[in-house]
Amino acid sequence: MYPDDYRYTKEHEWVHVTGDTGTIGITDHAQHELGDIVYVDFKYGRETLKPGTRVEQGKTIGSVESVKAVSDIYSPVSGEVTETNQALAETPEKLNADPHGEAWLVKIRLSDPGEMANLLSAADYQSYIGAEK
Amino acid sequence: MSIKKVRSHLSVNEALLFERSSPGKKAYQLPALDVPPVDAGAALGAENVRAEIPGFPEVSEVEAIRHFTRLSTWNYAIDHGMYPLGSCTMKYNPRVNELVARTEGLAWAHPYQPESLSQGALGVMADLESALLEITGMDAVTLQPAAGAHGELTGILLIRALLERQGNPRKKILIPDSAHGTNPATAAIAGYVVENIRSDEHGLLDLCALERCVSEDVAGLMVTNPNTLGVFESRIMEAAEILHRKGALLYMDGANMNALVGIARPGDFGVDVMHLNLHKTFSTPHGGGGPGGGPVAVKAHLEPFLPVPRLKRAGGQWTLDYDRPQSIGKVKAFYGNFGVLVRALAYILAHGGNGLRAATMDAVLNANYIRRKLEPYFDLPYALPNMHEVVFSDERQARAGVRTGDIAKRLIDYGFHPYTVSFPLIVRGALMIEPTETEGKRELDLFIDAMISIAKEVESEPETVKSAPHATRTSRVDEVKAARKPVLKWTPA
Amino acid sequence: MLAACGVESPEELFAHLPEAVRLQRPLQLPDGVSEYEIVDYFRRRGEANANGYASFLGAGVYAHYRPVLVDTVVSRGEFLTSYTPYQAEISQGTLTTIFEFQTMICQLTGMDLANASMYDGSTALAEAALMAARLTSRGGLLVSRAVHPEYRAVLRTYAKNQGMPVTEFGYDPETGGADLADLERKLNDLTAAVIVQSPNFFGVVENVDRAAALARARGALLVMGFTEAVSLGILAPPDADIIAGELQSFAISPSYGGPYAGIIATRDRFARQMPGRLVGETTDTHGNRAFCLTLATREQHIRREKATSNICTNQALIALMATVFMSVYGKQGLRELAEQNLAKAHYLAGKLQPRFAGPFFNEFVVRAPEDLNRALLERKIIGGLPLGRFYPELADTMLLCATEMSRRADMDRLAEVASSHVH
Repeated sequence: MYPDDYRYTKEHEWVHVTGDTGTIGITDHAQHELGDIVYVDFKYGRETLKPGTRVEQGKTIGSVESVKAVSDIYSPVSGEVTETNQALAETPEKLNADPHGEAWLVKIRLSDPGEMANLLSAADYQSYIGAEK
Repeated sequence: MSIKKVRSHLSVNEALLFERSSPGKKAYQLPALDVPPVDAGAALGAENVRAEIPGFPEVSEVEAIRHFTRLSTWNYAIDHGMYPLGSCTMKYNPRVNELVARTEGLAWAHPYQPESLSQGALGVMADLESALLEITGMDAVTLQPAAGAHGELTGILLIRALLERQGNPRKKILIPDSAHGTNPATAAIAGYVVENIRSDEHGLLDLCALERCVSEDVAGLMVTNPNTLGVFESRIMEAAEILHRKGALLYMDGANMNALVGIARPGDFGVDVMHLNLHKTFSTPHGGGGPGGGPVAVKAHLEPFLPVPRLKRAGGQWTLDYDRPQSIGKVKAFYGNFGVLVRALAYILAHGGNGLRAATMDAVLNANYIRRKLEPYFDLPYALPNMHEVVFSDERQARAGVRTGDIAKRLIDYGFHPYTVSFPLIVRGALMIEPTETEGKRELDLFIDAMISIAKEVESEPETVKSAPHATRTSRVDEVKAARKPVLKWTPA
Repeated sequence: MLAACGVESPEELFAHLPEAVRLQRPLQLPDGVSEYEIVDYFRRRGEANANGYASFLGAGVYAHYRPVLVDTVVSRGEFLTSYTPYQAEISQGTLTTIFEFQTMICQLTGMDLANASMYDGSTALAEAALMAARLTSRGGLLVSRAVHPEYRAVLRTYAKNQGMPVTEFGYDPETGGADLADLERKLNDLTAAVIVQSPNFFGVVENVDRAAALARARGALLVMGFTEAVSLGILAPPDADIIAGELQSFAISPSYGGPYAGIIATRDRFARQMPGRLVGETTDTHGNRAFCLTLATREQHIRREKATSNICTNQALIALMATVFMSVYGKQGLRELAEQNLAKAHYLAGKLQPRFAGPFFNEFVVRAPEDLNRALLERKIIGGLPLGRFYPELADTMLLCATEMSRRADMDRLAEVASSHVH
């Protein structure tokens, strides 16, 4: 369920690094808590999040909405945005179906790979959400 | 268990007006012009004149009256029965209020007509102001805000104005995590940063947390009393002192005044500024979502900042005073929702001081009766004495996979509007119930029986509850589709 | 019931309240009175107000005939005493009428979507300005002095606390329309919105398209307000980004200033920043068409401090009055109604000397000595609004309005008194 080669945050994001690029998304736990997802918004401060935007670890990069709730997405890493998943605008429901794969949110070129050390392993994340219940 | 309150009935289908429309049909009559007609293009400039209004309906009077009548039969309303909605105070809307609001000299009054010809309207406002001051124990009141949230904004702006005058508007407003959503939204619009204060293990304001959080950066605390659990904040006076010592102010959201009228007055327990909801405590009709009225009452130190104009007595007449240099200005054009003020005053006149107090007693008795009867079946997360409303949680039912939202939908099959679902946020899966004084024992017992029956269904046939409602004309609507692909108006096929 | 609660008297249920907070005496209010006495109280209040006067006041609140069907419909308990339609299954009546309302507002204004109403035109305009600021990520507001003075006052109250500077641009002393040259001078790259009203406070129809072009050239949005909804029956929909207006003209009693209903209508791409309730179309589990509140994540009960607004109400019952009005008049009726208003006002203006040369709908400004209104009152006529209180430079003028309810005989009488009053 939670891939071993991903890293996780307490705010329920995941990041998967290949080379110098991290792909970011929200976890299965997050999509389950939210319910049917209706909208994804990419925003950094007041600006739209897009290729070229520089983000800092821990800052809000957008939000995910279901009918009854909104959840902010916090970037697990710092760096420069290379791509945002535009397909989610048409079909936000993908986030419910495949949150760890097809419904990735943002790709970032890492500015500080050392940050990964702050993040949770799959095992740690699973203990964390188990404890949360 | 049989459903006692309702059984099924035919309701007429009805399309949208645009789908009923036919060119040339009309429901209006205008008298013949007694002056020469004017060519619109010549008078306004041809480029300013519109072509016809595309798609606008054309129906006959019979079609119009049938259309709206049929639609109305698809609604639940207080006139049908109880609304157990917590913190909404869905009490009976007296019909005499509707009649008096239509008194010709009041209904047709133009806000700019000469004051000498407006003494009736100004007198109504004056009488309401003085009644509200007596009820709240405050020193001055404005009737201008159009609704509760509008009143909240006004109140916070008053706080800001006072602090600005003292040299520093400060940065933060403290809000309990049990607060209604309008509170933090209001603080943000007023230009403040919101800091949440956690409730303690009893669901009450945590005074230690408050003590820690109050600094000279804090403008005030927004509190609801009784709180959104229906519990009176017994240490409210201490909270007020903590705030006042650091020059911060206490704002009270008056949504739950139905538990206090005639019993306790916010002005007596340390509140600096508060709003009232005329459409809750004072019986003005909800009308499907508005209009409301949100008067704001203040202590003397905030009076200079009240919105302009203020009602003043001068030379034996009522007058509107615009000479208020420290006022925050206007929060709405003109003077307030006068038609709503009329209804609220009519309610107060009908009850009188004793009647208002008796209503409060009944409201609290009804809520406690419900609590006692439902306690064996639903989890009560906070055990303190409740006042006019009670909050259960769906913990017990959640074990069978049934949540508060499902129970609420099943309640519809029993002939009731649901209670408030999933609020306050400090209770997991909240069921927030406020019967009001309007309900007699019979309707309360029907409600209690329904809730108990549903609790039993959760054990024996949870699927029935989870897929409810079953008996309504419209079954569960697809809110997800509505949000993913919003269709916000009719378009021709 | 007391037994079930384990108490012997209702007072015991309050025993847990600290003594210090308890009110130790009865409320000092008169005893409750009977229904007849309530009716009589308000009858007397009504008599102490103007009755039987012919009024020529407009200025944001208009005297239009209210078709009987309006009160018939809104008096139905299912509409009057129902709650906000959060529970869609038992609120389809309200939801359907709101959907129709949203549709008709779009048809009238030429916009893509409209919300389920705001408190009134003044707060709708203020909220529209804040919306423009969010959309452009800018803070400056440029507003025409020919926008209703009380609307501008409300705008200031809202803008001040968001740290948004409000600058006014003037009006042309000849035409009475917004001074677009002044607007152009004051536009800059910090301007979020240019705000005009049409017809404006003086009754003059504005060149909204030109103002919009100027605004957009600097990256600002054009917000258009209106106070006289009947004008929508005849005026071409403008090229605005956001429209914010007042629907009081649509069968809503003047009622000394409220309750009224405002609207905000806008383009699709701005939808998510629009405040206020929205009703959307969907289906139920059987595939039947149904309506529900939607895009609620913009609103206070979900987003809390990040909401687009703190508004919790929509003026549902008032909006319903407007919906019934629009249904009764319909496509042809709104046009005919507007034409009658145009004719009446131009007839009256023809007998007086309008101060401004710009095209007007049903209101116009005339030169008027200070005591004209007093003379008119003696003839049971309430004249226009003296403008000196809002525009010192127009101290010798008043704003007159004529609607389909204005009778020729009264207009003739007004003109007669006015002409015999020339100094």
